[in-house]
Amino acid sequence: MDQDVAIYAHELRKEFRVPRNREGLWGALRDLFGRRHDRIEAVAGVSFQVRRGEICGYIGENGAGKSTTIKMLTGILVPTSGEVVVNGFVPYRQRQAYVRTIGVVFGQRSQLWWDIGVIESFRLLRKVYRVPEADFRRRLDELTERLGLGELLHRPVRKLSLGQRMRCELAAALLHRPSVLFLDEPTIGLDVVAKAEIREFLLEMNRRDGTTILLTTHDLQDIEALCSRVIMLDGGRIIYDGGLDELKARWGAGRDVVIHFDRPVALAELRALTADVPAVWSADDERTVRARLPAGDGASVSELLARVAGRPGIRDIRIVEPNTDDIVREIYRTGMPDGAATGGATADGASAGGATADGAAGEPDQRREQEAVRA
Amino acid sequence: MIAMYAEIIRIRFLTMLAYRVNYYSGILIYAINIGAYYFLWRAIYAGQERLGGMTAAQMTTYVAVAWMARAFYFNNLDRDIATEIRDGSVAVQLIRPYSYLAVKMMQALGEGLFRLVMFMAPGMVLVALLFPVRLPADPAVWGWFALMLALSFVINSEINMLTGLAVFFLESGEGLMRMKRVVVDLLSGLMIPIGFFPAWAQGVLGALPFQAIAYLPATVFVGGRAGSDVYAAVGVQLFWCVALLLPIALMWRWARRRLFVQGG
Repeated sequence: MDQDVAIYAHELRKEFRVPRNREGLWGALRDLFGRRHDRIEAVAGVSFQVRRGEICGYIGENGAGKSTTIKMLTGILVPTSGEVVVNGFVPYRQRQAYVRTIGVVFGQRSQLWWDIGVIESFRLLRKVYRVPEADFRRRLDELTERLGLGELLHRPVRKLSLGQRMRCELAAALLHRPSVLFLDEPTIGLDVVAKAEIREFLLEMNRRDGTTILLTTHDLQDIEALCSRVIMLDGGRIIYDGGLDELKARWGAGRDVVIHFDRPVALAELRALTADVPAVWSADDERTVRARLPAGDGASVSELLARVAGRPGIRDIRIVEPNTDDIVREIYRTGMPDGAATGGATADGASAGGATADGAAGEPDQRREQEAVRA
Repeated sequence: MIAMYAEIIRIRFLTMLAYRVNYYSGILIYAINIGAYYFLWRAIYAGQERLGGMTAAQMTTYVAVAWMARAFYFNNLDRDIATEIRDGSVAVQLIRPYSYLAVKMMQALGEGLFRLVMFMAPGMVLVALLFPVRLPADPAVWGWFALMLALSFVINSEINMLTGLAVFFLESGEGLMRMKRVVVDLLSGLMIPIGFFPAWAQGVLGALPFQAIAYLPATVFVGGRAGSDVYAAVGVQLFWCVALLLPIALMWRWARRRLFVQGG
């Protein structure tokens, strides 16, 4: 395989068996003696490659199979079938040797020891990864400075705020200088400042050390700030693999400006006011209206606000950013053109795009039905 | 490698130390248990010199040392493992370059050492003051007992591991874990020395690993065994230490394949 490829996945599948309960008392009795299982395909054959030094976003709705993929790539789960090679290792087979070369951060799960000081956790990790004392000192100083850990080091983990903890988690994952970093929802629950700090740190690390990063997120701004490439997943299959710009240009749901009035308002009047702004108006209820602006068009938000702001009776204005879920929905709504899954970064033919495009076909109808039920 | 395990033991010890107040009540509970069994056995002996191959004085010492040994070898490894597999926190252990089960064992050892120092040793002094316990005078007996106690810990922890992994395949493991606890306490000879069971039951129990946890070391301690009998007892313990590794390895491989971690 190409030396340049950090992560290689081919037709990767993971199936879970989930017990199904029968109904009623008689059913419960029968369950005692023979349990039936449902097979759930969490990841239904994904193929992709990530090159060294790339920052790749792995996105999709809850239950799309993102975390399951990450857990197969990190050696936690054993794939049902398919091939996976990261840094030249087969993760689930050579787990102990392999994990020395990677770093992993789970946004929702702490890997630091809860009751002891952060520095104690780091010292233990130094021994776990057999980092020589001098290297450890140097690395710790560097991370302390870049992540602003200073006074946090001697506090127990349970006394840290989420943002502080996440900075410590990152440091913990990087003490042994991994060449590939997996981040599962690294910014979940963080405030704006903390998110920005973490993004900045990741970008700088990628630039300085050439660390390959694969991250899952729900936050499109994470992707926008960090990733040159996104892989979008739905129902365990890849539905898009390519550049972020293309993704947004095609399906970017744009931004919504939601305005709440203290009296009923006519859409026609607002449309007239904003005739030269590319906004699509709709009404949530008779006092709340919504203007959808095309993606990536910062100017039109301020123009729209300038036109509307003079109108009396405005109670509240909110700007709603789209998230990855909106984009997935948008992709299904507008349909998926052929070849969408083999865009941008993988144009070198590295990934098996055909399979992923096939995988996505036939699903849009099903999704529309679900939408209809919800509506 | 060794530095890492030493660090894990140290950290567990420190964590336990932080919650040491929980253990003061534990000492009282063990003392009450020993007291209850002491009076029960006194009533059973009712002046008789020797029952089930043990004198009344040996019996008192047996009860005291068996319970105090339990303070060391007892741990909640089964519950720890079952919980970590169920709630998915095993995931953060699997991204580390170490063996999950070996690390669990070391954590249990950290807890065991804490109990040995903070609980078993002072408890033994207290019990020796309260009841007519006769401690062995021969330092060799103490040496053998220390070795056998360590092996008890290993065997008991291995049984706990098996239980914890088995829970993974059941809908609810609570019943299994409780049953295991009662079975170990009963069949290990903690409550009733194996010599008091009917002959056929002694045969069965002799073929099971449980007696190696409490009965064998305690009988050596009270002087019920000497010479080659001691070697044989240690041999049985060593056999189980090794023999239990196989089912653990098989269960672990099976569990890894079926592991299901919550969240996407």
